[in-house]
Parts: sequence; structure tokens; C-alpha cells
Amino acid sequence: MSLDYENDDASHEKLIEEVLSHYPDKAAKRRKKHLSVARNKQETAEEGQVVSECDVKSNIKSIPGVMTIRGCAYAGSKGVVWGPIKDMVHISHGPVGCGQYSWSQRRNYYVGTTGIDAFVTMQFTSDFQEKDIVFGGDKKLEKIIDEIEELFPLNNGVTVQSECPIGLIGDDIEAVSRKKAEEYKTTIVPVRCEGFRGVSQSLGHHIANDAIRDWVFDTTEVAYEAGRYDVNVIGDYNIGGDAWASRILLEEIGLHVVGNWSGDATLAEIERAPTAKLNLIHCYRSMNYICRHMEEKYGVPWMEYNFFGPSQIEASLRQIAKHFGPEIEERAERVIGKYSGLTDAVIDKYWPRLHGKRVMLYVGGLRPRHVITAYEDLGMEIVGTGYEFAHNDDYQRTGHYVKEGTLIYDDVTGYELEKFIERIRPDLVGSGIKEKYSVQKMGIPFRQMHSWDYSGPYHGYDGFAIFARDMDLAVNNPVWDLYDAPWQKVTMPAASGAAE
Amino acid sequence: MPQSAEKVLDHAPLFREPEYRKMLAEKKRNFERPYPDRTVTDQREFTKTWHYREINLAREALVVNPAKACQPLGAVFAAAGFERTMSFVHGSQGCVAYYRSHLSRHFKEPSSAVSSSMTEDAAVFGGLKNMVDGLANTYKLYEPKMIAVSTTCMAEVIGDDLHGFIENAKDEGAVPHDFDVPFAHTPAFVGSHVDGYDSMVKGVLENFWKGEQRTVNPGSINIIPGFDGFCVGNNRELKRLLNLMGVSYTFIQDASDQFDTPSDGEFRMYDGGTKIEDVRAALNAEATVSLQQYNTRRTLEYCKAAGQSTVSFHYPLGVKATDEFLVKVSEISGREIPEAIRLERGRLVDAMADSQSWLHGKKYAIYGDPDFVYAVARFIMETGGEPTHCLATNGTPAWEAEMKKLLASSPLGNDAQVWASKDLWAMRSLLFTEPVDLLIGNSYGKYLERDTGTPLIRLMFPIFDRHHHHRFPLMGYQGGLRVLTTILDKIFDRLDRETMQVGVTDYSYDLTR
Repeated sequence: MSLDYENDDASHEKLIEEVLSHYPDKAAKRRKKHLSVARNKQETAEEGQVVSECDVKSNIKSIPGVMTIRGCAYAGSKGVVWGPIKDMVHISHGPVGCGQYSWSQRRNYYVGTTGIDAFVTMQFTSDFQEKDIVFGGDKKLEKIIDEIEELFPLNNGVTVQSECPIGLIGDDIEAVSRKKAEEYKTTIVPVRCEGFRGVSQSLGHHIANDAIRDWVFDTTEVAYEAGRYDVNVIGDYNIGGDAWASRILLEEIGLHVVGNWSGDATLAEIERAPTAKLNLIHCYRSMNYICRHMEEKYGVPWMEYNFFGPSQIEASLRQIAKHFGPEIEERAERVIGKYSGLTDAVIDKYWPRLHGKRVMLYVGGLRPRHVITAYEDLGMEIVGTGYEFAHNDDYQRTGHYVKEGTLIYDDVTGYELEKFIERIRPDLVGSGIKEKYSVQKMGIPFRQMHSWDYSGPYHGYDGFAIFARDMDLAVNNPVWDLYDAPWQKVTMPAASGAAE
Repeated sequence: MPQSAEKVLDHAPLFREPEYRKMLAEKKRNFERPYPDRTVTDQREFTKTWHYREINLAREALVVNPAKACQPLGAVFAAAGFERTMSFVHGSQGCVAYYRSHLSRHFKEPSSAVSSSMTEDAAVFGGLKNMVDGLANTYKLYEPKMIAVSTTCMAEVIGDDLHGFIENAKDEGAVPHDFDVPFAHTPAFVGSHVDGYDSMVKGVLENFWKGEQRTVNPGSINIIPGFDGFCVGNNRELKRLLNLMGVSYTFIQDASDQFDTPSDGEFRMYDGGTKIEDVRAALNAEATVSLQQYNTRRTLEYCKAAGQSTVSFHYPLGVKATDEFLVKVSEISGREIPEAIRLERGRLVDAMADSQSWLHGKKYAIYGDPDFVYAVARFIMETGGEPTHCLATNGTPAWEAEMKKLLASSPLGNDAQVWASKDLWAMRSLLFTEPVDLLIGNSYGKYLERDTGTPLIRLMFPIFDRHHHHRFPLMGYQGGLRVLTTILDKIFDRLDRETMQVGVTDYSYDLTR
């Protein structure tokens, strides 16, 4: 389903100019490159589909002194890529804070006996003290690994997630990892994901992928015979169970998901990934690196897919099935048919309540583009979207999804986002915890699109029903009509500024 | 297909459906290389033993599930308690994202703070340029009255000099020379969030008091609340009591409005907080009263050096702690404690007497910040309960000694054990080997509740998985009533759950208790 609408590009252009006028000149000049309006540029040859141009600068340093919504390399590695691998112990190596703040916050669902053979919702830290900074933390790290092996003997491996000081004081975590891995005959992975590296969490993803390449692949004998239909799901972190709602579909069309990366994952699944016949990648930004590596080194092809909303699920299932030939294609059609009743019923129920509602998004990874069509499946329109840590190729891909005139904002600052929302006054904003409450204070419905606002899953057909329900309960809750007291004679206009 | 449009199932019921159970079981069997169930069960049983406890408590290097955060979080919280103050954290930017999220998740409120966004080049050349540009951007964009600068561990390791940098930034015109930019060095590898709070409040006071002449304003009191996740309810409750007494007071650092703004169509980036002119005038107060000793050690020293008399409490919660607080305030201010407050006190005591049979002899494990653990242990003993395990990951030997002294003051503290600098994985062993009836702490305790079956009462920062608790006070007599009711509800709810099996245990499913 594709909705036909356009956004007001002239007014969006004006809005950008206006917002920039509040910055000091130097900052305005830098920020200008990150804000734009999507233009219709070209038609793609294959499908005759119009692709928009989303031409903004990305993946460069945030300007200091503004409220960037971005995180850091540690957040990308520990929080996203490694943290969800459930049978390994992930040490937040450095001071106590980073591990504490990321403790159990991303809702990476898993099944396991926590503290015994699974460790995702725990916080392991070396809790650096001043003396560790002065004398180095390598000895301490050795001892930590000894203590982990004694107290948590059913762990299947350990990772060392470096926090800022580790790189600055020159600790040799690689040497410690090598030594201890040899001693315990286990997998120990040092990850140089210090928070100051790179410009956002994005570099952390890359570093984490490289660590898998260098410290996991080919280091142990993998006794696994791959079948014809063996695939890996790459870049699904199982937020609220997304990977499970996806897995059930892939298995229904006849594929075997040998590895889930990395929500609900075990080290075994990571190790045998190179034997699979195809890598299916959901979050391109966080895991394309390892897919490229597996393609180059092991000849495993990879394919992007999108399991948000029925139109994308359907297109993705067909595309995936096509790779495996008629038998799987036929099963895919049957699966699409099986769920069409559900999706029709969901759309029939929610379309009348959501049709024409305007949405602004600002998220990380893949969601600023992937969820667009899921909204459109419900009759909603996307007015603006942007990424926390995208690269140029993410914005190119965004062009496949957005309509002309859509406001595009890269690494948007709290100030800009607030101004955009205030002026556009969308019917719904989808962003993160840091944005949620300020938007709701303004009287605008909000859903957290990192954590699904503690709901989910949103992937797959089962997830779409939840997605639709959640957008409805956000947009159509009576609370938004209670903001004005009846004795207020004149409704005050919305906040005149962040600095008001 | 379990899902339907009529009855949408989200994760909680969805994955309990047979299709998903089957899928997950097959995933485990075919792909996860799991340990045999027996091995997992054996290890789980082993972790409940005294033997495991011994090796667990003997840990020297590894920290598992600590109940503390790092210094800058305390500094950011502290800055939020001053009028139109933007928190500026000098260092790498990911940290600030974490502090903002952490505070937002607890208060369900926006949390504003900026970062100087230092990256590799700053690691090599220092973060001066980030400071200069950053202060200019913050000043122009967010129009603060004050910018409170603290540091991350990165800036501390490379040794950036905040004072020098801020002076430089002013010289370069980033902010006007007379603009207030207090600062505090808050390395994450020293102390915890309570120390960051201390440093930032001290930094703000120094900014305004240094070199100023003090003229004592007799009877006037400064109140420093300390890092408190319940500041919204607590500060307002204390102000109500002080107003009833007619005391002249200034809250130094008051985030109660900042973390409780109304929903009326406007996002207030800044709300409430101690006014700048009040911070300045606070130098003239006769005394500074801290509600939390361990949050304010250095700040109180500074106040003392400025000529004020100082006194600190351990989170005045419960009857005697509130008594002491009010008596002290009365003594300093010369204002009497009015009859209305005496009646409030009597009502709390009345409630405790009404419920004492349900509370007497109950055993508790308490964890959290040092002052909080002290306060709760004290109140538990007032109710006839026994604080069996008292644990503070950021507790010092001095705290341990003070706790022991408190526990020795009552026979109910006879069996109590104090655990300074231990973490919640240690607490898990304690709860298995020496079980208690109730656990008091924060949301992280839910894993202890699951593993050990000890009912958790959430009274400490952070509370992520329950809503609005922080809006109600824990301090004062009203706060005591709230804590008392919360504990009793937990006891009665559990009793009901255990006795509600129809025709089996429901003889004790009593209507009246």
C-alpha cells in the first residue's frame, strides 16, 4: 500500500532557515548541512518507482554545547551488538557509570536462566578507581576474568567492552584476552569501543563487527553441517521480541534460522553463521560490516529486508523466497495469504482512527526509513524523519521511502527537533526516551521508537497488529484534550521557545 | 495464529502462545548449544549455598550489579536544582545521553543537559576548543541564566583544566565575563553520584560566595536536600512543614519543579530551582542544614569555612529522624514547632501502633545510597522490624561504623549485618543464605525478587518499572505514613496471594486485619 501525498517543501525550507537563525553563525553554518527537504529526483529503473533525494551531511561530529541525542561507540558495541548475546558475560571495562546506565535498558528479550547460563540483564563492571587509572587495569582485568570463570562457570565466553579511559591510559586488553582465552580454553573478545571514538554509536557497531570477525570467526572448530535453507537473521536485537515475531515467519516459509544476531543469540549461533546460505539483514547500519565480510570471505550473499508493516513484509518475504526458488516462493505466498485476513482486519479497524494523521520520526539505525510504510499502511503520513547516526548510504535508502517535501534532519539537536515539532504540530512523534516527555508536555502524542515504549514486538505480522494498536492508543487517548483548564479564556500558543 | 485484530496480544501474552513456545524450544535445541537442564539446575542450586556465598563475597575485582552510578550523574541532577541552569558536561557525548535517559526513566520527565562532544582529536589536543564553542552554542541557543560545568572520565584522564578553560572561553567571548559558569571536576572513577552532587553544589556556592562579605541573617537556614529521586515529593513536604513553622529558609538545589512540570501545552526547559539571587544571599544564612550527610560532606565543610554553623541528617525518614530534624530547625530558627505538626506526628505514631503486630519481628534487607540505608534501617527498627542486611555499594568504612552504631542502639539491630561497598550479586547470596521477609531498594532489586522470592519495596532511586512513586514524600511524618503503608500493602498483598487458593488455603484469606 502506498499513500499519495506530498509535504509542503516551501514551508519546510523556511522553517529550517528560521531555526538556524537562532544559532551562532559558526554553528548555523555547520548545522545547515544536516537539514534539508526531500526532493523527487529520479525513477529507479527496475520498478519505475520514484525515489527522493535526501541529501544531507551525515556521520560527522556533533557540534559541542547542544543537546545531541546521539550516544557513543560503547553504546553501539555493548548496548547494541554485543550486549544481547545471552550466554556471554560482557564486562563494562572502566568506571561504573556506562554499565549502570545501559543496564537492561534496550529490552533485548531472551530465554535463559539469568546469572547461570544467561547474562543479558546483568551489569558486570571493573568499576575503575583512581588507582586503576594511574597503574592501569590489565591486572585487574585478569582477576575479573578469573572471578567470572569461578562464579559463572556456565558462561560461554567473555567480552571486554572498553570505556573511555581504557584507550587513553593504554591498557593492553588484547594481550589479557589472548592469555586468558588460552588459559580457560574459551572465547574472550576485547572490544575497543571507547566512547570518544568516532562521532556516535555508529563506530561502535563497526568496531563490534570487526571484533566478531577477528576474535570469533575461525577461532573455534564449528561442527555444523549447513542445510540448503539455512539463513542468519542479522541486525535484529529482539526489542520486545521482534526477532521472534520475524523468525516465526521465516520458519513458516521453510527457512532455518541458524543464527539470530544478536537478540536472544548464543555464541554458537555467531560462530556458525559463515556456514549459512544467506544473510538476511534488518538493521543495515549496525551490521552491514559483518555481512560484507561474510560475503567476501565465505561467499555468503546478503539481502536487506524490512518486516515493519504488511506491504514491506509481503515484499520482503517474496524477495527472500525468490532467492531460494519455487518451493519456498510457493510457501511464501501461502504464508502471505494466511496472514492477509489478520492484516486486513487490523487495517479495517485502525485506518478510520489513524488515516491522515501526520507523523514525525527521529530514531537511530534503520527505523527512520523502515517504519515509514508501516505508518502508511495505516493511512498515516510522514512529515519529517531523520537519524541519530546514519551514514550517507542510509539517506540514499531513505529516498526509497519518503515523499517529496519531507523534512530531513541528521543528528538533529534537541533545539531543532523541538522547534520543528512546535511549528509543524504533527499528530504523533516517534522518537526516544529523551524526547518523549518534552513532546508530550506540548500536548502531542508520542511513541518511543527505540524501545516500542515498553510494548512490542513491532516486527512481522504479529508485530504489526501491536504497532497499529499502539499508534491508535497514543493518538486517540482522551488525555490530549485535557491540557487546557476550562477557565482559561484564551488558549495560550505553544511554547515560544526552548529558552522560554 | 494467536494474533487477532479484535484482541491484540503484545509480548507478554503473545510469546506464551503454543506456536512461540514451540519455536523457542526448537531454537534452543537445534541452534543454541545449551547446557543440559540438569547442569543449569545444579549450578543454580549451587549459587544458593553458603559455599557460593563465600566465594562470591571474596571477590576482589569483579563488580556485578552495583547499586551506584558515577559522579557526573549527581552533578547533572544537582544543576537541575538551580534556576534556568543548563548542565554542560565536558567530555565525550555518550555519557550525557546516558544521564538524560537515566533521569528521564526515573522521573518520567524531560532532562536537559548538553555535552562538549569531545572525540579523538580532543583526546590528543585537549578539549579547550570544544569548551569555547560549546559554551557559545549553549549560551545562545538555550538562553540559560547559568551554565554548570562538570566532567566525564575522559576529560579527567586527559587532565583538562575547567577553571582555565572557562576563563579562556570568556576571554574569547563565548559567554560574557560576568556570566555565571560554576564548575566541578567529577571523575567517574572516584566515588559515586553522591560525590558528584556534592562537588557540583559546592562549585555553585563557591562561584557566588568566594570573596563575598558575609552578614549574618539570624535564624535563617539553608537546606541542601542531596541527591534524591524523591525530591519532588520530599522537597515540597519539607517546605510545607517549614512554612507551618514560619522558618526563614532557602533550599539550595531544589529540583522538585524541574522534574515535575505540568502538561499544559508548553515544554518548560527550565522550571523552578533555587534562584540565583537566593544562592548569593544564602551566604548570610545562620546555618546550613543538609538532609543527607554523605551527599554533602565537602559542601558542608565549605559552608562551615564560610562561617555558617552546619548540621546534617541521614535522610529524615521516620518518627525520630523527623523529630530531630524539626527540633534542630526550631533551635536554629528560634521558631516553635506548632501544634499542627505535633498532631501530624501523633497520627503517624497512631498508624504505627495500629499496625505494629504485622510489622514486629519482620526481617529486612535494605540497599541503596548510604544515607537512605541509614534512614530506612532506623525507621524499620521504630516499627519493630529487624534490618538484617544493610548494603551500600557506595558506602565507606565511616558509613559502616556509623551504621553499626545505629544498629547497636536497639535490640532489633542485634542480628544486623552491614555491607559497605558490596553489590547486588553479593546481596543475592545473602538473601539465599540468610533470608529476610522484605527487600527495600530500587528497581534493580526486581532481579533479586525474582531469584530469591523476597518481596521488593521500591523506595530508592532509580525506579524505572513503577510510575509516580517519586511524587509522594518519604520524609517527614507524612512521608513516614507513606512508607509505612507501602510496607504494609506489600505484606498484605503477599499474604492474600499465598492464601487465596480456593478451598485449600483460603481459610486465612481474611477480610479484616
